[in-house]
Amino acid sequence: MYRYLLASFLVSMLGACQSLPEQDDSLYLALGGKAGISKIIDIFIYEIGQTEEVVHHFEDTDIDRFREKQIEHICVLAGGPCTYMGDEMRPVHEGMNISEAEFNAMTDAMIRALNVAKISIGDRNRLLAIIAPMRAEVIYQ
Amino acid sequence: MVMLQKLFILLVINWLILLSGGVFAGGKLVGSSGVTQIEGSGGGGIVPWATLAGSGTRDEVSGSAFFSAVSVDDFRMSAYGVSYAFRDRVEVSVAHQEFRSDDKTVQLAQNVLGMKVRLFGDLVYTPWPQVALGAQYKNASSSNAIRFLGAKKDHGVDYYLAVTKAWLDGPLHRTFVLNTTLRYSKANQLGLLGFGGDKQDGYLGLLEASAVIFVTRHWALGAEYRQKPNQLNAIKEDDWKDLFVTYIPNKKAALSFAVVDLGRIGGRKKQTGGYLSLQIAY
Repeated sequence: MYRYLLASFLVSMLGACQSLPEQDDSLYLALGGKAGISKIIDIFIYEIGQTEEVVHHFEDTDIDRFREKQIEHICVLAGGPCTYMGDEMRPVHEGMNISEAEFNAMTDAMIRALNVAKISIGDRNRLLAIIAPMRAEVIYQ
Repeated sequence: MVMLQKLFILLVINWLILLSGGVFAGGKLVGSSGVTQIEGSGGGGIVPWATLAGSGTRDEVSGSAFFSAVSVDDFRMSAYGVSYAFRDRVEVSVAHQEFRSDDKTVQLAQNVLGMKVRLFGDLVYTPWPQVALGAQYKNASSSNAIRFLGAKKDHGVDYYLAVTKAWLDGPLHRTFVLNTTLRYSKANQLGLLGFGGDKQDGYLGLLEASAVIFVTRHWALGAEYRQKPNQLNAIKEDDWKDLFVTYIPNKKAALSFAVVDLGRIGGRKKQTGGYLSLQIAY
């Protein structure tokens, strides 16, 4: 009996694996793949540098590492073939006490970067809708 | 009435002082604070929303000012006012409305003192909607005319519960905002024709709704509906509807245009026309 259950379980697992839907990478492609996302993040970092309210949070930041992790993260969130090797959202923002207004200023910087990179409104909204729920893990940590 | 006028002037002066001192700060996203509705509360054009006027976040105090004008077949109406929002939790507003017929036989006015408390939720960031409870104390002038038409009182309070939610990536990958407001009111034509009536005198539950689509980040299209009571024997009152377009160049300003259908007013035929509203927020 157990053997039968185990076997049927394994078979069903196998079936589950086979029927796993292909990852939707349409947003990743719309952002221009890895090259497009790298460009967006470069503009994003420039925009952060222009944003008085938030720039002080980056005084001790290793910008190269920040850039690399941002590209990885956006790539994964957009359904691209990447692995995010960075920190979890909550611990990485711990002690920074990022306010709601600062989070919104960062979101504004990202929106400007997406505009400069000529990402369409629809694709911009798709990405923002994925990023927005992370706010709770970022602010007031 | 006189006391409310004094309070109004005091609040406007206070608002200007705060403005010149740079006390107001705006950390909200563009478009996420809505505009100011005709009674001075944060909302759409005719419906109050759960959003608080001004662009302040939970760490900030913010303010806003508005001017709106409506012109329909036989009447004109203007409204202006200011509001403060404290830490994105409490909104206090004062507004003044003037209403007159083009033939100058009807001239009405009222002051509205509003207060709204955000109970829970965030318009954009929580999976559940933003919910707020509000009250609008209204005091109409021309008490005699109002009583002559059958209204019971020249002052009253509306209470409302507003539920508002934004979807960043809604249908067509556009940002959508939906709002439903349940108002508990005795007001005839917003209160300009007094409160309660000879046909019916008691609080009524009235439904109001708004739907908005952000075509781009700076241009929004929307529709609104506001159910109205019908408490006077002498003159009928209809539900209000409008279709609007709002231009939001930045966090500080919003300009709205609307076509409005205000139904029958003051015994005249169905009134349709245009609406223009400017809001400045800090």
